[in-house]
Amino acid sequence: MNALTKAARSMLLAELAAGMGATLKAFFKPKATINYPYEKGVLSPRFRGEHALRRYPNGEERCIACKLCEATCPAEAITIEAEPRDDGSRRTTRYDIDMTKCIYCGLCEEACPVDAIVEGPNYEFATETREELMYDKNKLLANGDRWESVLARRLELDAPYR
Amino acid sequence: MADFFFHTTLGQILLIVLESLAVLVPLLLGVAYLTLAERKVMAAMQLRKGPNVNGPFGVLQAFADAIKMLTKETVIPSGANRMLFLFAPFLTFSLAMIAWAVIPTGNGLAIANINVGILYLLAISSLGVYGMLIAGWASNSKYAFLGGLRSAAQMVSYEVSIGLVIVSVLLAVGSLNLNDIVLAQRHVWFCLPMFPMFIVFFISALAETNRAPFDLPEGESELVAGFFVEYSALAFGLFFLGEYANMFLMSGMVSILFLGGWLPPLAMAPFTWIPGPLWLIAKILFCLFVFIWVRATFPRYRYDQLMRLGWKVFLPFSLAWMVLTAGFLMVTGLLPGGAG
Repeated sequence: MNALTKAARSMLLAELAAGMGATLKAFFKPKATINYPYEKGVLSPRFRGEHALRRYPNGEERCIACKLCEATCPAEAITIEAEPRDDGSRRTTRYDIDMTKCIYCGLCEEACPVDAIVEGPNYEFATETREELMYDKNKLLANGDRWESVLARRLELDAPYR
Repeated sequence: MADFFFHTTLGQILLIVLESLAVLVPLLLGVAYLTLAERKVMAAMQLRKGPNVNGPFGVLQAFADAIKMLTKETVIPSGANRMLFLFAPFLTFSLAMIAWAVIPTGNGLAIANINVGILYLLAISSLGVYGMLIAGWASNSKYAFLGGLRSAAQMVSYEVSIGLVIVSVLLAVGSLNLNDIVLAQRHVWFCLPMFPMFIVFFISALAETNRAPFDLPEGESELVAGFFVEYSALAFGLFFLGEYANMFLMSGMVSILFLGGWLPPLAMAPFTWIPGPLWLIAKILFCLFVFIWVRATFPRYRYDQLMRLGWKVFLPFSLAWMVLTAGFLMVTGLLPGGAG
């Protein structure tokens, strides 16, 4: 571009006009906004949200207290205590997750040999007090019961890529 | 009734109060909705939706903001000069309001149809800088002080080219009366023969109202909020209202000087059916849209670039164009007032 063209373009504010044109075009485009909380975005089956402890269809809890999740947890958010149950099977007596420590990396889910601890699709579990975020075994099992149908579907969808 | 309003002192005072209210109430309502419009338009240009929860399409957002602003606590910094600190927002706000006294909304329809209307406007808009300077100084904060200094330097710089642009318009009109300026545009709006001046005036108006891309007095990234960092609640609200009222005022000036004020685009049947004040409002709204549009488009100027544009580009350019206008009018014998 020679000097004359350059000068003319600068004097006629060509670049400014082009910029204004771009914003005006955007003005009439359909908007990208999702009207949360009335609309929600689509989540991948791998989305790592609130944790849940799952059960077998017969109601038996899956967790066998192998403590792999506790060992792998990089944030040391998981605390497990276990002892043999009356029928001789190994079960947890305590399974706590400190949700304020958790970094939602999903390593616990990957470490679990029986698909007991999973991270579900729920991301709306804000609380008003800190204490409510110290999840215990009951809370995690309740989450599992609440989300089981979704959790199973997610595992199924993600299985080919694992 | 007419006798009471025009022939008694009390009646005349009452008349002025009513006239002022007739201008100020729509103006303040307009200012309230301008903030909403800005958020909506900017959002649309950024592919967002903007406020849409308070009322249909978010129309009650303006009132929600106002209520929030009024119910918050006014914090006065301990090192601040209390009196000046509180005086500054009132000064800014009232200056933005009193300028409307001379804006004609129809033929002769101004609160004060004075002969030096355009000088009055220039004076009032220049005084606006005092509000910012006082606020910056009285806050006793380095950010506010720098913001105040910047706004003063900026407004002084751009006032010069605004003045020269106004002079070239005045050369073509031959009167300082805003009513006459509009009437002189009966045949052709000044934005056509003086298009470059129109652009210079509009850009200077952006700088004068501290709007993007010239919003460095309140440059968020370096000065937090500029001269009103220390302000909160009602005092902040007054600054905010003053700033947006100034946008209205500058849009009004652009409309009157270059877009033919209350005149319809063509003096023909379908256009003349719409009353003059509506034309003026439409033009002002168009200018305001462009103000917002510009803000959504351009990044902020650097300080030296701002000064370069003001002093090295606009000043010589508007000066040259003014001389050119004068020469052209002289040669063609179109100079008003029969001086040629």
